[in-house]
Amino acid sequence: MQQLTRNGVLIDDTFAEAFGMRATAIIITAPTLKWARQAAITMTGYATSVIGCGCEAAIDIDLDESKTPDGRPGCRVMIFAMSTDDLQKQLKSRLGQCVLTSPGSACFAGLEGSAPLDLGNSLRYFGDGWQISKKFGGRHYWRVPVMDGEFLCEATTGLTKSAVGGGNLLFLAADNTKALHAAEQAVAAINKVPGAIMPFPGGIVRSGSKVGGKYKGMMASTNDAFAPTLRGVVNSSLSPEVNAVLEIVIDGETSDAVAAAMRAGLKAAIDLGPKKGALRISAGNYGGKLGKFHYHLKDLLP
Amino acid sequence: MKALTFSLIAEPDQRLDLTPLTPAALTGLTVSQIEKLRLGAGRDGLLVGDVFRLSGKDANNVVIEGGSARFDRIGAGMASGHIRVNGNIGSQAGRKMSGGAVMIEGNTGDHAGSGMSGGRVEIRGNAGNNVGGPVAGELTGMEGGVLIVRGKAGDYVGDRLRRGIIAVLKGCGDYAGYRMIAGTIVVTGRVGAMPGYLMKRGSLLFDRRPEQLSPTFVPCGEPEIAFSGLFDRYLVDENITDRPLLGPRPGRYGGDNAVSGKGEILYRRGR
Repeated sequence: MQQLTRNGVLIDDTFAEAFGMRATAIIITAPTLKWARQAAITMTGYATSVIGCGCEAAIDIDLDESKTPDGRPGCRVMIFAMSTDDLQKQLKSRLGQCVLTSPGSACFAGLEGSAPLDLGNSLRYFGDGWQISKKFGGRHYWRVPVMDGEFLCEATTGLTKSAVGGGNLLFLAADNTKALHAAEQAVAAINKVPGAIMPFPGGIVRSGSKVGGKYKGMMASTNDAFAPTLRGVVNSSLSPEVNAVLEIVIDGETSDAVAAAMRAGLKAAIDLGPKKGALRISAGNYGGKLGKFHYHLKDLLP
Repeated sequence: MKALTFSLIAEPDQRLDLTPLTPAALTGLTVSQIEKLRLGAGRDGLLVGDVFRLSGKDANNVVIEGGSARFDRIGAGMASGHIRVNGNIGSQAGRKMSGGAVMIEGNTGDHAGSGMSGGRVEIRGNAGNNVGGPVAGELTGMEGGVLIVRGKAGDYVGDRLRRGIIAVLKGCGDYAGYRMIAGTIVVTGRVGAMPGYLMKRGSLLFDRRPEQLSPTFVPCGEPEIAFSGLFDRYLVDENITDRPLLGPRPGRYGGDNAVSGKGEILYRRGR
């Protein structure tokens, strides 16, 4: 494989392969940013991969008082799924169990999409007849009485069909500390990119996978070509100095958002350099046959 | 293109129904056709040309220069376009309108915005009784849209209001929100007796605690709610009020318990 070098870091001439997904976004507000984030973190828990969780979700960006509908601090949460039905089901149950329940929370549409998804329209029945409907400014809200006052929730949010899931970067480093350092720097940079989320723990995944496996029924199994302990016994992609690999997976509202996020992540890891961070940066793909979206690293370099 | 302007020649000697002077009804008509539109009733009913001098061509923007308390039903039934009136007018301005905007730089008579379902009516002066309310025999009043009275309004503001927003900025008479079905009424300034009398659902939003309330309204505390911040911002963004109305912890009364009791009065505390 051909390689480029930036700031001493090797860049593989390869690409990340990503898929079209359905996505939505909501804005969660609370009396303080701490509690808005708490509701958001709770509702995006166990949402790392559609394979096992039904959806992929994370906080997109924090919003200060001037940027939220009700003038309280908040954050924008994005949720991705493979079908509209899955997305609606996940949205409804996560909203009902995690946001409705969180102290002082309110919830608003975070996306003007091609079709509506129910928010308050499905939760209003919790009000047991005491819910209040309010329509103004071309928007519809539900006010549901709860024990600390009211849960205010917009009736619907938008759905986009042009979302992309599966953008990724692989950081190959001499040891775990350096791999983590590179990945953390990239996560911090990508967090600032609007419309892109990283659904894995802290944005980082250590168990990258390949399609299928030797056991029946396994849709995915360990990416042995990038597992350093198997370097000698499998057809490895790792050179002798690499002892740890970490991956960042990116879902974006649009293909441009994924590209912008990968560009920001690449720049952060390259700026860190090979002595403190990654020796080499790569990306995961399936040969280009499965996913419609290809992000070539050489096009995204700083 | 200059707005189609109707300049008042002299105060008419009869009540006139200005329903024909909406943008949609005037579009495509020539000046002579417009001058022959009948506004008065009966054998001696006046025509447009008897009352107004016409100028301008843009029928989507209608301006009536000079008002009269005998001008009724301005903008009635309109669905689009703009009407501006410089002067005081009579009753039922914006009656049953579904879209567009009516701006009245003066006072109006009773039943302004009666039964409207969309669009925006703004009255710079005072309004009479039954703002947005139904006329005799109708079951519902205003059903949507925004109705702003920058001055005072009379009694029965928002009678049988079902949806939409009515804002009165310099106080109103008695029985605001009378028999309200749902919707929102904002009043800044003094509110008369018995606001919300027989309201089923909906919200009355005041900038002070109402003084004379029906005993069938009960205090519901003063919890912190996100709705007040959201609605305060809407009012300021839409230039309906120039400052937040309720604040983060408004006081609340529930009522009217003489009927279903699902309505509310929210008010800014401390005044």
